Amino acid sequence: MNTLATRPAHDPRAMLETPFHPRIAAANGLQSWYNWKGYVSAERLDQIEFEYFAIRNATAVFDISPMTKYRIEGPDSEAFLNRLFTRDVRKIREGRVGYGVWCDDAGQVQDDGTLFHTGPDLWRLCSQERCLDWLHWSALGYDVRITDETASVAALAVQGPTSCSTLRAMGLSGIETLKPFELRSFPFHDGELMVSRTGFTGDLGYEIWTSTALALPLWDALFAAGEHFLIKPIGSAALNIARIEAGFIMAGADFVPAEQGVRHGRSRSPFELGLDWLVDFDKGQFTGRRALLAERASGSRYRFVKLDVEGNKPATNSFIFGAGQRKVVGTVTSAVWCPTAKSNVAMASLDMPYGRPGEELWAEIYYMRELKWTRVMARAKVMETPVFDPPRRRQTPAPRF
Amino acid sequence: MTDTHDVIIIGAGHNGLVCAATLAKAGRRVVVLERADRPGGAARTRTFAPGYSVSSGAHFLNQFPVSLIEELQLAKHGLRFAAKGLATVALQADGRHLRLDGAKAAATDLGAVDQQAFAEFHAEIASYAAVLAGAFGRRPPRLVDSDWRDRLGLLKLGWDIRTLGRDRMREVLRIGLMNIHDLASERFEDARLRSAVAFDAVLGTSMGPRAPNTVMSYLYRRTADAFGHAGPSIPVGGMGAFADALAAAATARGAEIRLQAGVASIVVHEGRATGVVLDSGEVLNASTVISNADPRTTLKGLVGYRELDAGFVRRVEGIRMRGMAAKLHLALDALPSIPGLDAANAGDRLVLCPSLEGLDEAMNPSKYRQFSAEPVIELCIPTLHDPSLAPPGKHVISAVVQYAPVDLEGGWTAAARAEFEARIMARLETVMPGIGSLVSSSELCVAPDIQSEFGIHGGHWHHGEISVDQLLMMRPVVLFSQYAMPIDGLWLCGAGAHPGGGVMGLAGRNCAQEIIRKRASA
Ligand SMILES: Cc1cc2nc3c(=O)[nH]c(=O)nc-3n(C[C@H](O)[C@H](O)[C@H](O)COP(=O)(O)OP(=O)(O)OC[C@H]3O[C@@H](n4cnc5c(N)ncnc54)[C@H](O)[C@@H]3O)c2cc1C
Repeated sequence: MNTLATRPAHDPRAMLETPFHPRIAAANGLQSWYNWKGYVSAERLDQIEFEYFAIRNATAVFDISPMTKYRIEGPDSEAFLNRLFTRDVRKIREGRVGYGVWCDDAGQVQDDGTLFHTGPDLWRLCSQERCLDWLHWSALGYDVRITDETASVAALAVQGPTSCSTLRAMGLSGIETLKPFELRSFPFHDGELMVSRTGFTGDLGYEIWTSTALALPLWDALFAAGEHFLIKPIGSAALNIARIEAGFIMAGADFVPAEQGVRHGRSRSPFELGLDWLVDFDKGQFTGRRALLAERASGSRYRFVKLDVEGNKPATNSFIFGAGQRKVVGTVTSAVWCPTAKSNVAMASLDMPYGRPGEELWAEIYYMRELKWTRVMARAKVMETPVFDPPRRRQTPAPRF
Repeated sequence: MTDTHDVIIIGAGHNGLVCAATLAKAGRRVVVLERADRPGGAARTRTFAPGYSVSSGAHFLNQFPVSLIEELQLAKHGLRFAAKGLATVALQADGRHLRLDGAKAAATDLGAVDQQAFAEFHAEIASYAAVLAGAFGRRPPRLVDSDWRDRLGLLKLGWDIRTLGRDRMREVLRIGLMNIHDLASERFEDARLRSAVAFDAVLGTSMGPRAPNTVMSYLYRRTADAFGHAGPSIPVGGMGAFADALAAAATARGAEIRLQAGVASIVVHEGRATGVVLDSGEVLNASTVISNADPRTTLKGLVGYRELDAGFVRRVEGIRMRGMAAKLHLALDALPSIPGLDAANAGDRLVLCPSLEGLDEAMNPSKYRQFSAEPVIELCIPTLHDPSLAPPGKHVISAVVQYAPVDLEGGWTAAARAEFEARIMARLETVMPGIGSLVSSSELCVAPDIQSEFGIHGGHWHHGEISVDQLLMMRPVVLFSQYAMPIDGLWLCGAGAHPGGGVMGLAGRNCAQEIIRKRASA
């Protein structure tokens, strides 16, 4: 996921290992690793198609332990988070999870993440980027305690149509009644598992959070239970296909986190990422509110769109042209051929006013076959909904497969 | 609830009063709310011992533009001067005092070369300071999202620097970020001259003579020349009388001043300031709320960080404002004798800073939250000019003393105060032998006292250090240097805003003009 590896990914001495590493290393036939925020992580363990189809047809397991995790607690935790997030976190009740973004003063997105309301005045924030200093600056004037628990919490994403059956077989009784974005704890050995019905695949799926000590017992129990349900460990490459298919954006790929951008104007506001629904001007002050109000009044610079691209060549890094094929109106940030939806999807950031729903644009695609490069101009139509959005993603009780 | 005003100014410091007078003249209905029982902020006079009064904060008027004094008709409103254009005497233990009067440096054994060098230095610095003074009279140009006025301001600044001529332009770029120790050593042979110049560069800051930015703070001080002062002045009745004249001018123009009306908080609704809540609980509404309090007090204390963006909060927290200057007030039974000093010059501004090395050593302990073993001192005997401050035949000494960090290790306990006062008296004895026996009463005010008397966070002279990273378009913080804060309707008009502190009045003046202009263009 993070392609900006700062240390050689093959040098284990320079890297941290997640609590699941012994199992993943044993399963990783390809030994294809990458650096995810300092952790050795699997890019792929097997053929990418097998891994992808495990997500869509069975149960896929992805180690998300390297994800940045903060524990936020104290009497002002809700008020603090409401100042941080652009959405109203008061609507995320205890036992629920919410997706959101946070901005700098200029209303530019720093990162997106999921917020777990795990107890009274107790939350977990999961993000792509490290942002402890920003959280601390945001916490001035609030009675909260913020702890980085990235290294002390082990976590797995268990995704796919048979994931619920796998977890039931593992003994998590009643798991099928867990609603999307809900979380629940289950006893496990001498501790517990926190399970949330969340994920990055747009499919039926769960994320399991536990102490590092219980990581390997969890893995073993999970794979024993999932054998009949064709459980399979996967790497980030397959996951990336699934998330584009589901239309999820990713920090570092689809936008430059505002605190990391060096060049003026490269960052994006929530409106410019199509995240208008995450901005709540009625809840009171939050960082970026002033700037976003001004943007709402004067108009955004960019529009973020999902494109249905003609043909089957992914429009990776393509320029997007306007209807006349003369003017470049934007660039693709993520693109992939989606095997389940059988469509060629791209996500792109376009200059305003381009990218209205249904608008037809052109993607300039370069591809190579045996050292011969070919350029095609492919029709690209602005879509309003993601190409993959199965009912099972939302059904409660979760369907059994 | 009352809505009879459209402008609330929090604080009747001199900047708040200038701001009030300017806005009232433009037809605004202004109310000034001051926590203390008299106006003036750190420019106030009060009794410190029965029968003895002193300017309890600032004791010299040397930066308030003469043109502004005239425009506000302060003479008509009661301002009288007891002394004007005072010279500075750098006192020496051996009686070989150095007297600086404008461009003229004099001491019995001062070499001709140094005399000449000082005259040239004085004129050269005045030309640079004049450029700075020009920029002080305007709002600082904004570099991002600038409008025509910003670009004009930048052009003007560039033009002013150009008109210095090629050699001086090069020179100011060379020395601008230097330290005063190196510059003074480069220009003068005489140790007294070096330390007298260096003292003026560090006075009111937390820096030592070797700190970068000290040449800048020297230039800052010397803008006084461009504002029409040949040296410090002392108003009759002390600085409080100056503040009274300002208050009278503001009142005459229609502003209302309410004393003992401390503001507990600024009311913010939907990102807009709508009024204030007084300590008493009374609520006042106005569409424009201006704070004369320092940026930290205003934004953290009165607005509250929760109402602001986190990045802005980070910058406000980063403002350096560590108070280092203390005041010592002495009630004297008689005039102290100063061997070697012509009696006619005893009323000058007196400075006690024996050498560059001594100044450096005086600062060093402050880095480790200790006070100077041998503090450096600026003082005056105002009763020589204005006998009304003390009973007949008696005198007052007003001294600014450095370095006395606000965050003294172990705190400013009674023992620490006694110890520091003894150190100051020991220094005074070196030039005023026997002074200790003349003291009938004394008062030491260290930074925490200044903080509580004037409401200045950290007790800092300038409401924020004078250094390149906190000046012009960086004051009080980058992107918000044009007096408007990131809360609609909230403005800063005090020393923490451009151009900075000292009794100068320009922060209040520029802020008012910016508000008037905003309204005119809206
Ligand atoms: C020890 C010392 C010596 C100095 N000597 C000199 C000198 O000799 N010459 C010189 O030019 N400068 C000197 N200065 C600097 C100068 O005094 C200050 O920079 C200047 O007075 C600042 O003016 P101001 O109007 O911006 O703010 P202030 O004078 O600080 O005024 C702010 C006012 O706001 C009021 N206030 C704050 N909060 C509230 C509230 N919540 N509600 C109501 N009112 C409030 C305060 O009571 C105060 O009256 C000295 C400073 C110090 C500390």
